[in-house]
Amino acid sequence: MTAQAMTAPPTATMSRGLRWRRRGPLMPALVFTIVVTQIPFLLTIAISTLHWNVLQPGTKNFLGMGHFTSFAGLANYGTVFTDSRLRAAVLNTIVLTVAVVLISSLLGLILAVLLDRKFPGRGLARTLLIAPFLVMPVASALLWKHALYNPDYGLLNGVVNWVWQLFGAQEGPTVDFVSQFPMPAVVAALVWQWTPFMMLILLAGLQSQPGDVLEAAKIDRADGWQTFRFITLPHLRQYLELSALLGSIYVLQTFDAIYTITQGGPGSATTNLPYEIYLTMFRKYEYGEAAAAGVVVVVGSIIVATFALRTIFSLFNEETSR
Amino acid sequence: MTATAPTAAQPAPGERALPPAQRRRRARKVKDDTSASAGPGWAVLAWLLTLLFFAPVAWMVLTSLHQESDAATNPPSIFAPLTFSNYGAVFQRGVSTFLINSATASIVSTLIVLLLAVPAAYALSIKPVEKWTDAMFFFLSTKFLPPIAALLPIYLIVKQVGMLDNVYTLVILYTSMNLPIAVWMMQSFLAEVPKEILEAAQVDGAGLIRTLTQIVAPIAAPGLAATSLICFIFSWNEFMFAVNLTATVSSTAPIFLVGFISSQGLFLAKLCAAATLVSLPVLIAGFAAQDKLVRGLSLGAVK
Repeated sequence: MTAQAMTAPPTATMSRGLRWRRRGPLMPALVFTIVVTQIPFLLTIAISTLHWNVLQPGTKNFLGMGHFTSFAGLANYGTVFTDSRLRAAVLNTIVLTVAVVLISSLLGLILAVLLDRKFPGRGLARTLLIAPFLVMPVASALLWKHALYNPDYGLLNGVVNWVWQLFGAQEGPTVDFVSQFPMPAVVAALVWQWTPFMMLILLAGLQSQPGDVLEAAKIDRADGWQTFRFITLPHLRQYLELSALLGSIYVLQTFDAIYTITQGGPGSATTNLPYEIYLTMFRKYEYGEAAAAGVVVVVGSIIVATFALRTIFSLFNEETSR
Repeated sequence: MTATAPTAAQPAPGERALPPAQRRRRARKVKDDTSASAGPGWAVLAWLLTLLFFAPVAWMVLTSLHQESDAATNPPSIFAPLTFSNYGAVFQRGVSTFLINSATASIVSTLIVLLLAVPAAYALSIKPVEKWTDAMFFFLSTKFLPPIAALLPIYLIVKQVGMLDNVYTLVILYTSMNLPIAVWMMQSFLAEVPKEILEAAQVDGAGLIRTLTQIVAPIAAPGLAATSLICFIFSWNEFMFAVNLTATVSSTAPIFLVGFISSQGLFLAKLCAAATLVSLPVLIAGFAAQDKLVRGLSLGAVK
């Protein structure tokens, strides 16, 4: 790998002591990360094989952390895939993640293309556009739920009503977004939050376009659309992949917005897997099932992450081989 | 990182094969702003969309400055008189304790992250260990594991050692949450320290400490600042661990917000004031770090 190429003495001839002196500064971070991130996941896998409900404690001790009833083998996984609530949660998670990532990528792309040209106040526009991503996610969820969606005094209904009254009507139609369209309501709030993220990555991609190629396109009399379609988009491909994959990983983990805007409701219409795991853990106290659902989420994330890592790896290699 | 030139000949497995010409062109990437100028229509459209996106934030701030009775009207009262009384009310309801907890969790965890990440990044860039890319990707992979899946064992362990409702539990968790980002960011910043300067310093007989403080530190300082701001942002905004692992003593700002709406009566203006107040530190940090934000968000992959 690249390591050999960089170190002055080839690793083979490095003494043991020198190798450990080099590893020294890395060790605290590595050990900390292994302990804090890997041990809980091993425990999650262990708990997922147990029948363990806190309300009906069994007699077997789990590392002094509580008492479980019996070993379950893979029974909890059976429940995860057959229980209608959990299956609905899997479906909701997919719908939510795909919708948010697709829409915010598209909007992010549009904004990035717009911001890639010079215009008066471009710097200020970029700063304002980052704001939705920086507002505390819980704050933005509450803002959308109460200040924008509220059927009585929310801004959205307020503006509709105001426009209706401008045209002489008594009162505009009232839409209770959160109860009538729960999933689109959550998606819209999350799209708003994640579009700046997509825009920033795509804008960085656009600005890394080699200028000579664009100039060549101009000399060849390619129009704006042709240049975009045949030069910019192919160049942007890996940035689009990266932003969509990173976005998917983060949106997959969405908890704040569901907890705040809909509490997973109405019914379980917007319950995604993280929220369902939370409910199974702290409302139903089914530790075994919650852990099994957790393992399922991890597996799903690993699938997405494999692709993400490949993209990051190729960008990373491009950097280091410069 | 010109020293790695030999690897260019053998692309790594994940890399898409790029023709050498394109590779060279990438290498000559133009750093300064060469973007074309836009026409007036373009500018109007860009500003229109920008304002549309910013409107909810503007509405939040505006509502926070209205009286409760003006905040909950239909149609909205945009030009109602302004007041700061809602912010006073938010402080009266004890937001300070929550802000102090948030500040403690974010600042202490960010300091620990830097303490761990900077030496690690040094060992991954300037004097790299063998298989340093493997170590990098191990750090990165932990970032992809959804924290909700670890919540149950973390809750059980924290309960067993008696650290529920303790702000230092959050410090440890936020440190592990941000360490991979910081390692990747700092690695990419330290890798930009020119090898030639380091070699020259060595030839001149500068010791390790002198090299670090007088050569590496000044070059890496902006990167260090950006890294700490991004770690701060993510810890300050974290909700899932905070809501499940804290109760009355060590709850952070997002928990204050969630608890805020349980009260009866008009609350929208005060809610907006609280939301603005708790978002302010991150808005400031984010605007300050905005040039480096993309590098942090993409875990160092995009510069």
